[in-house]
Amino acid sequence: MTFVAKPVVHHPKLPLNEIGLNRRDYEGLVSTLCAGCGHDAVSAAVIQACAELSIPPHRFAKLSGIGCSSKTPNYFLGNSHGFNAVHGRMPSVATGANLANRELYCIGISGDGDSASIGIGQFAHIVRRRVNMLYIVDNNGTYGLTKGQFSATNDKGSTSKRGVPNLYEPIDLVSMALQIGAGFVARSFSGDRSQLVPLIKAGLLHRGFAFIDVISPCVAFNNHNGSTKSYDYTRGNAASFVAADFVAPHEQITADYAPGEHEIVRLPDGSELHLRKLEEDYDPHDRTRALAHIQEASRDGEIVTGLLYVDSDGTDCHEILDTVDTPLSVLGEAELCPGEAALDGINAGFR
Amino acid sequence: MKVTDIGNPDYFHKVVDCQWGCPSHTPVPEYIRLIAQERYTEAFMVNWESNVFPGILGRTCDRPCEPVCRRVRTEEKPVAICRLKRVAADNKGDIGPYLPPVPKKKNGKRIALLGAGPASLAVARDLLPLGYEIDMFDRDPAGGGMMRSQIPAFRLPAEVLEEEVDLILDMGVNTHFNYEITSMKEMLDMEYDAYFVGTGAPRGRDLDLPGRLESDAHISIGIDWLSSVAFGHIDSISGKVIVMGGGNTAMDCCRTSKRIGAEAVTVVVRSAFDVMKASDWEKEEAMDENIPIVNNRPPKEFVHDNGKLKGIVFECVKPVADEDSGRLNYVPTGEPDVYMECDHVLMAIGQENHCPWIERDIGIEFDKWDCPVLDEVTFQTTHPKIFFGGDSAFGPENIIWASAHAHQAAISIHLLCQGQDLRRDRPPQGVNLISQKMGVHEWSYDSEHDPAKRFIVPHANLDKALQNIKVEVELGFDRALGLKEAQRCLNCDVQTVFVDSLCIECDACVDICPMDCITFTENGEEEDLRGRLTAPAENVEQDLYVSGKLGTGRVMVKDEDVCLHCGLCAERCPTAAWDMQKSVIHVPQLGTYPE
Repeated sequence: MTFVAKPVVHHPKLPLNEIGLNRRDYEGLVSTLCAGCGHDAVSAAVIQACAELSIPPHRFAKLSGIGCSSKTPNYFLGNSHGFNAVHGRMPSVATGANLANRELYCIGISGDGDSASIGIGQFAHIVRRRVNMLYIVDNNGTYGLTKGQFSATNDKGSTSKRGVPNLYEPIDLVSMALQIGAGFVARSFSGDRSQLVPLIKAGLLHRGFAFIDVISPCVAFNNHNGSTKSYDYTRGNAASFVAADFVAPHEQITADYAPGEHEIVRLPDGSELHLRKLEEDYDPHDRTRALAHIQEASRDGEIVTGLLYVDSDGTDCHEILDTVDTPLSVLGEAELCPGEAALDGINAGFR
Repeated sequence: MKVTDIGNPDYFHKVVDCQWGCPSHTPVPEYIRLIAQERYTEAFMVNWESNVFPGILGRTCDRPCEPVCRRVRTEEKPVAICRLKRVAADNKGDIGPYLPPVPKKKNGKRIALLGAGPASLAVARDLLPLGYEIDMFDRDPAGGGMMRSQIPAFRLPAEVLEEEVDLILDMGVNTHFNYEITSMKEMLDMEYDAYFVGTGAPRGRDLDLPGRLESDAHISIGIDWLSSVAFGHIDSISGKVIVMGGGNTAMDCCRTSKRIGAEAVTVVVRSAFDVMKASDWEKEEAMDENIPIVNNRPPKEFVHDNGKLKGIVFECVKPVADEDSGRLNYVPTGEPDVYMECDHVLMAIGQENHCPWIERDIGIEFDKWDCPVLDEVTFQTTHPKIFFGGDSAFGPENIIWASAHAHQAAISIHLLCQGQDLRRDRPPQGVNLISQKMGVHEWSYDSEHDPAKRFIVPHANLDKALQNIKVEVELGFDRALGLKEAQRCLNCDVQTVFVDSLCIECDACVDICPMDCITFTENGEEEDLRGRLTAPAENVEQDLYVSGKLGTGRVMVKDEDVCLHCGLCAERCPTAAWDMQKSVIHVPQLGTYPE
């Protein structure tokens, strides 16, 4: 926990993005999490990604529930919208926010407790609804705020700080998200910024529900030798099938690969995701094979990171519900309340 | 790159830009912290030990520390280091208990100091506590040298000068004032154990131009004229005055003239404004007193009427930068020559050391510029018992250089008198690192960054100041302003020390660093590394701090350039791999290093 405020002065050569802001303009308050918390690295990755995308901070909506992870929206994008919801209920609020204003970029930040325990029902249904948002889980396998009990994502056999093993099977949020229809599924590691930042950018621009499970070690309670979510364990056991490079529209002429080496996934704003296969027979568009691969790797003690699945023709809940293009929040009373005659018409349709 | 050796005293010394830039290596952040704690006496003593003349330098120093201040790189203007030194001097209490005791019983060695200027005084101060018998000779009636004779009272009040000069003389110097030294041979016959020559650069340059000889009665050499004013031999000047020259002496001449009766004063400089030797603030103060400075005008001729000076003819030139070297050459503009009327000329176009009283056959070798051949480390001449320091050593510099030379010469004299080798037995430099951690989130220094702009030093009312040469123009910071300015110091001597074996590579320091100084990356050659850090490290003057290999095979690289020393990296480090440690640089000097 830091009491000294971060000085406002910045490096004299800090670059400006396309809208004239620098990275520091995307910061929030100074973090009050424990020193060395993986969540702070995730916040820093969000800051870097948002700044590099040149999206004005007020175009974001930050949504979270309860937990260490859910405090972090306070530490990035200080000039954006935000809602800190009840424990496990962030998906409902995110759905509402996205329905009301479809033009906002929604970033949901949750934790393994918030999404895999108290909020697992909410999580399952927001995936099904395909709300157009980026949903990040800061996954540390432990309840840090209540002093280190095992969470539902903690691996069976992994020990507590005092050496007591966990007796229960873990919930794998990545597999769950894949199974119930998420259009963009990735796993990353808070200690691998170069992998995480492009994933955040792509997840923000992807249409539909984008999910990133970020292994984010808890330095205070789950960063010891018996842990499978420590810095050392994650570094030693992470494996990637696909490398994803984010390429913004203005950078595209400089991206230079030999043909056949990479595959391009186009994102709605004209950006591209350049995918390079690191494992020959992995197909990031095949949901079933992806699931199988993840299960196999998990059996072999590997943590698969990187982009795991992407549906290039993603759809979102506005398309499913066939809503108007104009955000509901800017519609006038006349459009939102078309009057008694219209209501009668609708009622008549049900008779 | 190799792992940085932080045990090398130079490494962290360089990070403290002000201390590194100061010829005397005064521990600037240390005394600024003491000022911030309102411990003015201690702040004064830190200065006194290192640069010997805090009150004088706090008004007159050339401030080599300020242009290199980190604050110039992180924001804009340097900390007002020089004026804070004055705050310490102005507000100090009784320094008596802090002064080194001088033994009554002498050690039997007698040292002659030639000249009573800053260099000789500093040598006396260093040697007296060790029991040396010190005899000081000077042609002037009082001690202080050029500090008394050439710095006008409106910049340096007599009582400030006298206090600091007397402090040393009262330690037990045997003074021989009004003593014109005419022969070094005679001095050697007095059989001292060592001689220190600190006679300055007492000869002002002259110009051999048509009309110079004929109008001699109306032309003065700047430093001689200032000296006559200082000692009261001259108390007025009349008519139109032209000051020739662009250095600090020229600024003192013009401002003095304006105060003692000149009808109009103009400074004429042969070179361009930007390359004038005078310090920026001295130029500004002259201009604030409505004294015009005319540049790019080399003089051609003194015009006179039977020996009565009428004016000067100047050529018009312009500076042209040489394509290869960038050096300025002056070429005629083609405009007609300019004639400027004047009644008196003060020549301040430079000065040189000049020792006609040293016989050339006594074992002191002189080079082709008629300067003594000196060992740059020991300040010893080719005569083993004779040492030089101050302006007489390597030509005109500032008082702060005199102190620096004096410390080295004093060490040499001490080694000589103890029968030791002047180079081999010299005390080495050292560095001590002391953790500043007091508790969780608690540092022994004020780590928070203060974004305040540099505070302006209040000045005396201009009309009043111009009427009396003794009215000090700068009033100095009062205590309140001094405290505010002290907060601007970044505490660059509280170092970010990194222990690679403790690091878990969580990136917390990278993320919190407000200046993007820290990077974890693959090692490489310096040029390559500088290009791929979190923020490009383009200032090659500033070092990169490179750690040993970490768990992932990467290294930590910190660009020292714009680090605020805010301590946030250490604060956010879960394993205390980063710590804030004060670097105390041991610069050899006779005496001790209190920590």
